[in-house]
Amino acid sequence: MSVGILLQLAQSLLAILLAPLLMGWVNQCHAWLQGRSAPPITQPYRTLKKLFHKDAVIAHHASPLFRFAPYMIFACMALAAGIVPTIANDLPFSPAADVIALVGIFALARVFLALAAMDIGTAFGSLGARREMLVSFLAEPALLMVFFTASLISQSTELPIIVQTMAHSKFAIYPSLAFAAVAFWMISVAENARIPVDNPSTHLELTMIHEAMILEYSARHLALIEWAVALKLFTYSALGIALFVPWGIAAQGDVAAIPLALLAMVAKLLIGGAVLAFLETISAKVRLFRAPEFLGTAFLLAVLGMLIHFLLEV
Amino acid sequence: MATLSLLSPDPVQWAWGIVLFWLSLGFASLLLQGSQRLLTGLVFPLGALGALAIAGVGIAGLTGPATSIVLPIGLPDLPFHLRLDALSAFFMVLLGGAAFGITVYASGYFKSMAAGPLALLALWYHLFLGGMVTVLLADDAYAFMVAWEVMALSSYFLVTTDHKVPEIRRAGFLYLLIAHVGAVSLLLTFGVLQGGHGDYTFDTMRLAQTPPFWASVAYLLALFGFGAKAGLVPLHVWLPEAHPAAPSPVSALMSGVMLKTAIYGLLRVTFDLLNIQIGWWGTLALALGLITALYGVIFAAVQSDMKRLLAWSSIENIGVIIAAFGLTLIFHTDGKGALAALTLTAMLYHALNHAFFKGLLFVGTGSVLHATGVRHMGHLGGLMRFMPWTAWLTLIGALAIAGLPPLNGFVSEWLLLQAFLLTPGLSQPYLNMVIPVAAAIVALAAALAAYVMVKFFGVVFLGQPRDTALQDAHEAGWPERLGMLWLAAGCVLLGLFPAQVIGWLSPVVRLLTEQTMVNDGNWLMLAPVSSERASYMPLIFFAVVIGVLGLTYLWVRRVYHGRVRRSDPWDCGYPEQDARMQDSAEGFGQPIRQIFEVFMKVERETPDPFSRTPRYHGASLDKLWFILYEPIARVTGWLSEQAGRLQHGRIQWYLIYSFATLIFLLVFTTR
Repeated sequence: MSVGILLQLAQSLLAILLAPLLMGWVNQCHAWLQGRSAPPITQPYRTLKKLFHKDAVIAHHASPLFRFAPYMIFACMALAAGIVPTIANDLPFSPAADVIALVGIFALARVFLALAAMDIGTAFGSLGARREMLVSFLAEPALLMVFFTASLISQSTELPIIVQTMAHSKFAIYPSLAFAAVAFWMISVAENARIPVDNPSTHLELTMIHEAMILEYSARHLALIEWAVALKLFTYSALGIALFVPWGIAAQGDVAAIPLALLAMVAKLLIGGAVLAFLETISAKVRLFRAPEFLGTAFLLAVLGMLIHFLLEV
Repeated sequence: MATLSLLSPDPVQWAWGIVLFWLSLGFASLLLQGSQRLLTGLVFPLGALGALAIAGVGIAGLTGPATSIVLPIGLPDLPFHLRLDALSAFFMVLLGGAAFGITVYASGYFKSMAAGPLALLALWYHLFLGGMVTVLLADDAYAFMVAWEVMALSSYFLVTTDHKVPEIRRAGFLYLLIAHVGAVSLLLTFGVLQGGHGDYTFDTMRLAQTPPFWASVAYLLALFGFGAKAGLVPLHVWLPEAHPAAPSPVSALMSGVMLKTAIYGLLRVTFDLLNIQIGWWGTLALALGLITALYGVIFAAVQSDMKRLLAWSSIENIGVIIAAFGLTLIFHTDGKGALAALTLTAMLYHALNHAFFKGLLFVGTGSVLHATGVRHMGHLGGLMRFMPWTAWLTLIGALAIAGLPPLNGFVSEWLLLQAFLLTPGLSQPYLNMVIPVAAAIVALAAALAAYVMVKFFGVVFLGQPRDTALQDAHEAGWPERLGMLWLAAGCVLLGLFPAQVIGWLSPVVRLLTEQTMVNDGNWLMLAPVSSERASYMPLIFFAVVIGVLGLTYLWVRRVYHGRVRRSDPWDCGYPEQDARMQDSAEGFGQPIRQIFEVFMKVERETPDPFSRTPRYHGASLDKLWFILYEPIARVTGWLSEQAGRLQHGRIQWYLIYSFATLIFLLVFTTR
């Protein structure tokens, strides 16, 4: 148990500390693919440091909710990162929340972000909040369907048990998971405000979703939100790995496998980040009202995956 | 006949005593017409104490055996039978818990009302409370229908408190009409259930061996009758009209508690009075519930009147509850007792949650209405600065209804989704494949509920005031705050201690499904079926979020600094912004309107480009009203017109009618 708690703490801290690195890696890949000279992989840390040092500028009529929200969002994302098995499968904390509760945590953070965006009362803020909620209400059922498929296979909604089933029991091919994986990729792209649903590096009013919500934030509040965004990307990546390519994650009580698990995780994240950057480079952002079609496709794929599970795998 | 023993009364006697206390309180308030202070300072607080006592009686009744009394009132040879079992007791806890907060709130809210109308309102209010409790206690069809009518009529008079406004009179009429169509259906249900014995006590009905066909007829009639009260699509049209019309505490009671009496009735008839249950009943209820949930939440998203928005959201929640009811029936008839118990637990839990968060939200809008006099969200905004208590407490309700952890809405939603995940175990082919997919509708409704709540809270409380008059908005008084605090505390505690709540629910679940929900966890952990399968620990969850939040805060302050500079909003450097540039309620709902336009009849009035006084108007109306209700209204109107031709106002004609009838009857009987 005490090993478990240590592992849990180490894993959560690692996730929080290293999440910006993944962001840096994706940005670096982006720059290479676009033929620019890349910023160093540690660039996100420098940005965070700079932001933490600055004085916060807040609108005169901002309510306490506006200042409270960044901490809340960061706490939610840190909790989410602690639940998903990344290197070890032995997490004493994971019974606190299963995959459905994980969806709930993401929703909680999102609602606080949307409310904070509406707090200042600017045109952009409420526009961003509205669009974010639009994307999320379409993505959330699809995400749940993906999780349902995985949990129907493993008879559990607990992430460690799902990973246990997928990675450590008898090898089996699940066609349903292929559909679910594609759906999950599409949902992650939308939820993490990436191309083609949103563009993290734009400040054009017609296209902004996530950026429009955080326009009024500065300094430490902005730093916390940016950090939370990096954590979210990391958590979604770890989730995708745990559900679809879990091989390498150390089984319960298998401390010796942890160094290897760490290596496997880093390799998977490097590949995943590069693929994300590549797919973003070759695609264009879609119009906002095409986003429902994009997410509708994701939803249908997830449902198809579930039906295929019933038809072929039961 | 049991007498009221004063020394050691049974729970049922206590409950009836409290009903009598409320009735006397109501009639006493008529004598206090002159003193506004006594009405708000004494009558309503006493009424609230009665509600608390009812909750206490309910808790006692949950664990104890069923108790009953026969009251020598009513018609000769037709006494009132009252009985309190675990099912009634649970709904009494729900009623008492929510009504206590709402009535405490009401004691402050009605301070601005003149004494005369207030005395009348106090009468109807307490009659309404008493009627609802009697519905829960009734053990024969006669007492049930009398109580049901008392509830319907007193709430009608409460809805039409502002009867001078034509729209409110219209809303009241619509409510009364649908309530009575439903009541007729209930009367027929009991007619079928008594099975020709002529004995209308529930005890006889329990023993009656209703053949499957007639059982199905009774079930469908009950679904219709109780559905009309609960707001099941397509019988929901009265809700968005009646809830905004009523004073806010009354809306809170109607939405939070009265709708649940219909759920109670449905459970009572289906699981208790009918001796058989049939599988397709559940499929029907599940389908209707899911349609209702989706329909309700879509329309909630496009409303611009804050109380109407909440009324539509009530329709959504009723849909979720009915869907859970249907799933319970499906599991129950399939012989999956443990799963039926799990689903029923989710359903009861959601009903309890809805009483608290919807009550809280409705009284929150009451405070806004009091402070500003505006119900249209397009004229509100920025109220968090002027009314922080109301805003933060309403935020708890909004987060809870959006199904966010660790509040109570999430627990029932989580349990329900777990139940859906277990449906592949069903033995019917196809059903076991389709139902898990149907869970997506529950998830979609929950995600849309979050959209609705961001809209509701964001537009009303956040941003800049859309009207200069809002600067004078004042915070609610102490009784109001206390009432809201109670309801908000309910939302938090029901969310943090689900294992305890499920323990309390188990007698009810055992009564109806003969099994209880298995909780494999401990007092901290909720784990239906087994902890290997799924678990959720809200308290740990909450502690970690708070812990990380606190640590982050301290760390940021310690390592860096807490300096803040205030300035104008940036808004991408655009200097000319004003409050009118924020999203209006219509603007925030626009994506939903665009995506789900098929369900709506959208009215748009766009200004002419050369107009000097440009005016934009948009409304999303309920299509069902036009394709279902208006034709029925037209046919009814036509039929009454035809019947009206018989009436000429001349006495000769009426004499001829009587004569003809007499001849006809003579021929008929002597044949």
